[in-house]
Amino acid sequence: MTTTEEKPAIDIDDVDLEFIEIIKKTGGPNIHNCYQCGTCSGSCPAGALTNFLVRNTIRKALLGLKEEVISSPDLWYCTTCYACTDRCPQDVKPTDVIKAIRNIAVAEGYMLGSHQKVAAKVVEAAHAVPLDKESWQNLRVKVGLEPVPPNASGNPWAVDEIRKITKKSGFEKLIGYREFVKAQKEKAKKKAEEKKAQKKE
Amino acid sequence: MAKKRPAFYHFLGCVTPHRYPSVERATNLVFEDLDMDLLDMVGATCCPAPGVFGSFDRVTWASIAARNLTIAEQGGHPITTGCNGCFASLFDSNYELKHDEELRKAVNENLAEIGREFKGSIEVTHYVDALFDTAGLSKIRKHVTHPLKGVRMALHPGCHWLRPSAIKKKDNSERPHIFRELCETSGATYVPYKDELICCGAGGAVRTADLEVSLRFTKQKFESIIAAGGADMIVTPCPFCLLQLDLGQVEISKLFGVDFNFDILHVSELLALAFGHSPNEFGLATHLQYLQRKSQPNWGRLGIET
Repeated sequence: MTTTEEKPAIDIDDVDLEFIEIIKKTGGPNIHNCYQCGTCSGSCPAGALTNFLVRNTIRKALLGLKEEVISSPDLWYCTTCYACTDRCPQDVKPTDVIKAIRNIAVAEGYMLGSHQKVAAKVVEAAHAVPLDKESWQNLRVKVGLEPVPPNASGNPWAVDEIRKITKKSGFEKLIGYREFVKAQKEKAKKKAEEKKAQKKE
Repeated sequence: MAKKRPAFYHFLGCVTPHRYPSVERATNLVFEDLDMDLLDMVGATCCPAPGVFGSFDRVTWASIAARNLTIAEQGGHPITTGCNGCFASLFDSNYELKHDEELRKAVNENLAEIGREFKGSIEVTHYVDALFDTAGLSKIRKHVTHPLKGVRMALHPGCHWLRPSAIKKKDNSERPHIFRELCETSGATYVPYKDELICCGAGGAVRTADLEVSLRFTKQKFESIIAAGGADMIVTPCPFCLLQLDLGQVEISKLFGVDFNFDILHVSELLALAFGHSPNEFGLATHLQYLQRKSQPNWGRLGIET
């Protein structure tokens, strides 16, 4: 058991009631239906394996504990399997609530580096898992297919369309795409310089 | 007059064409055998991954998904995809855009930038739907020339074809039968196990966020299959689940020091085998666990003579 000495009690006075309204607008319109039965957490495979508790997240959100909810690393252990959504007797649609809270977390700057990387891949290549090595093309040939599929991998115009969408929607800015690309370039440059220096030695 | 051949726009996604091309090849063979046409979706992109992009920004997620839908809308045929994740993004966005005026407006504003518009004129299906509903089990059974007799088959249906069931309206998500009946046409013996319906662990951006946690789901599944007496193979209708269960065994060995030895087949690959195609015809041995372990499928256990 965790005592308040080990982990201080949450200050319930520090609430942001606008938070609930934003959740409702961002894809979790039924959050107010929750009567805390716990069917969601009882159905949750992530709940059985990690500290993530759906009921706890929803209760905290309803109390307006925005910072507490959006900054929690546990928020990212939901695999969006929708087991809770199928069983919720109050039609809260907890998975959609979790996704809405994640949208708010990302907008407030709580995005994991690994997630930024996968988001940047879609902006850059229009595929989260791109055809980024010759060996993947060879694998396709080996099974009797064309080396490049008819998707965006062989059609740069499709990548351009994704760039236009993500620019217009504000997604590029949201994930810090330009800064990310700049940092990647600097990293690659530094690596190349180090390699060069090693060769000289 | 001859009956018109069913035609689908084939949405490939990312994992199938870029990491598990054997699934793409097997699908082409099976659909051809069943007199169903698969049409290229030229310039289709990432669906984009529902639990990932849907968790980052719902409007951008729906806009990229809707752009993919417009490619099919222009040709007027339904879409079919063999990935639960792609199916979720395309099906759910198609549904949400038809029911949420505000979202539709925001998405069409983004699409106007590239001269496209979501109209909501086509349906999105999964291979499971195309096989079960359009081809039908009796036609499939007629093509099974090489039944996988005596092969014990555990199933991993995955999440997003079934759930959320209020929107998907496919099968009873507590006691599903459609995917099982489809797989049973192969002649293999269904092995039930306790954790059949839990997630593989990869979804919702968890595999990207924390590989070890995502693999704990996978390991729990494998242990549940072993507790049920074991299986000769695991069959799934999703390439991302396939990656998690297949490559995941290599990763579990490294991270947890526990070895599992399951052959993981996509349902298209299972049917290709049952229809008499040799595993070399579609490249079953190119699954990433075999390439990384420098191993081969357990041919004997799969009932395949080499």
